[in-house]
Amino acid sequence: MTARSLAVVSAGLSQPSSTRLLADQLAAATRDELVRRGHEVRVHVVELRDHAHDVVNHLLTGFPSAALRAPLDAVAGADGVIAVSPIFSASYSGLFKSFFDVLEPAALAGTPVLVGATGGTARHSLALEHALRPLFSYLRAVVVPTGVYAASEDWSGDAADGALRERVLRAGAELAEQVDRRPASTGPADPFALTTDFARLLGDRED
Amino acid sequence: MQFGVFTVGDVTVDPTTGREPTERERIKAMVAIALKAEEVGLDVFATGEHHNPPFVPSSPTTLLGYIAARTERLLLSTATTLITTNDPVKIAEDYAMLQHLADGRVDLMLGRGNTGPVYPWFGQDIRNGIPLAIENYDLLRRLWREDVVDWKGKFRTPLQSFTSTPRPLDDVPPFVWHGSIRSPEIAEQAAYYGDGFFANHIFWPKEHTQRMVGLYRQRFAHYGHGTPEQAIVGLGGQVFMRKNSQDAVREFRPYFDNAPVYGHGPSLEDFSRETPLTVGSPQQVIDRTLGFREYVGDYQRQLFLVDHAGLPLKTVLEQLDILGEEVVPVLRREFASRRPTDVPEAPTHAALVAARDATGTGVAR
Repeated sequence: MTARSLAVVSAGLSQPSSTRLLADQLAAATRDELVRRGHEVRVHVVELRDHAHDVVNHLLTGFPSAALRAPLDAVAGADGVIAVSPIFSASYSGLFKSFFDVLEPAALAGTPVLVGATGGTARHSLALEHALRPLFSYLRAVVVPTGVYAASEDWSGDAADGALRERVLRAGAELAEQVDRRPASTGPADPFALTTDFARLLGDRED
Repeated sequence: MQFGVFTVGDVTVDPTTGREPTERERIKAMVAIALKAEEVGLDVFATGEHHNPPFVPSSPTTLLGYIAARTERLLLSTATTLITTNDPVKIAEDYAMLQHLADGRVDLMLGRGNTGPVYPWFGQDIRNGIPLAIENYDLLRRLWREDVVDWKGKFRTPLQSFTSTPRPLDDVPPFVWHGSIRSPEIAEQAAYYGDGFFANHIFWPKEHTQRMVGLYRQRFAHYGHGTPEQAIVGLGGQVFMRKNSQDAVREFRPYFDNAPVYGHGPSLEDFSRETPLTVGSPQQVIDRTLGFREYVGDYQRQLFLVDHAGLPLKTVLEQLDILGEEVVPVLRREFASRRPTDVPEAPTHAALVAARDATGTGVAR
């Protein structure tokens, strides 16, 4: 039994929010599959609403407050990330984007990521493919094939056990598969670590 | 231990009056601040170097040369000299010239500059920041230490049989500090040469400073310059003081809220908690500053930022009076009583000349 960590980023603003609901379902599906594969799973949920002021302050000052350090480290050090945003004006919310803007640039390189989104209508579902997926591709994350979009109709009584459930389980299994095949994360990279020495720095000069 | 002030040289509207000083007023204010620093018994005045508005100090050695002529004791320095976009040949010449005029009361702090558009104005590219700092400083050192230099690098015209004039005063180059906020390569550079390392400290959480200084100390020892505790460290600090701490907070808040760099962001209270900013009574500044050594060790130079964000000159001079009369004398005594005897003072010209003469080598360090 080995330990794996999942960071779940939810950018929902209302409470309760359907974004958080979807994020929790994706996290549960992923966790269940990892447990089935013999892993112990720690889930760290990051509710961006709780950190909204700190995210903006980080943009303005260039450093995270002590309170923002924990969620940033949880995401940067996770074995797998579930990122769910409401769709506002044809794309992810500004708060969602700002959080990933203040994350260290290479923090998600090689990390499996499952993207999800919510909206009032299914007509926005391709925002997953034209907005969220390219964002995480840029961050050099490994985005699993299934992204999950949930519209209001998916939460209605008739649909509750239907297509959404099936997509959630498939996406969770895909993320678990990617996490399972990788060694456990060694934690967030240390930006202050010296990765060279002066002879090499000087040597580069003489090339 | 040396105490002083460093100025960015920003022209900023006073948010309480809406008045913006002219460039002339700001430049003259910088001179007045330097003269006051000497008058109240501080040791160091350091100026920034900037090549874009709203900053005025594009020509640091002109400013420092003028101040040198009007002071007796004050050590003149920079915060920082741009090692990336200045030609190292011009730095070698300008600061050797200043060194002669100021009778050795000169050192300098090198920095890369983080304003992207400035680089291309001087034919460079910010993406080469670290390689420029490495190559240019390596050349600068040679220009000050070798009478005739043959040199070829990536970033400037090759030199054949070049002699930088004037030669450094007493053949001892100015002491150099390297400033960086979060680039371990610069801490490594300072350690490699046994130069000083200055942590800006003021706009970031103390953990940044602690990590960078720790790395510098460890690598300073690795390169054989002494124990980690003997490395030469400087720190920034940012203070605003009144007798009654509530008065200090009330008076400084509009300047904080509208300041360049951090204005319109975190509250004064949050920023005071997350960074070394101390707004309060002289005793609070004393306590906070003494606390710095708990996470960086015993250090050699403390510079305070007191004149930015549109603060009027009169207020800044009052701050210097408080520093000189109530704060620095206590800090001098308290730091001295805590410092082990084998931790050196910051090198001065006289000390470097003496060290050179004692070891019999051609050039100190």
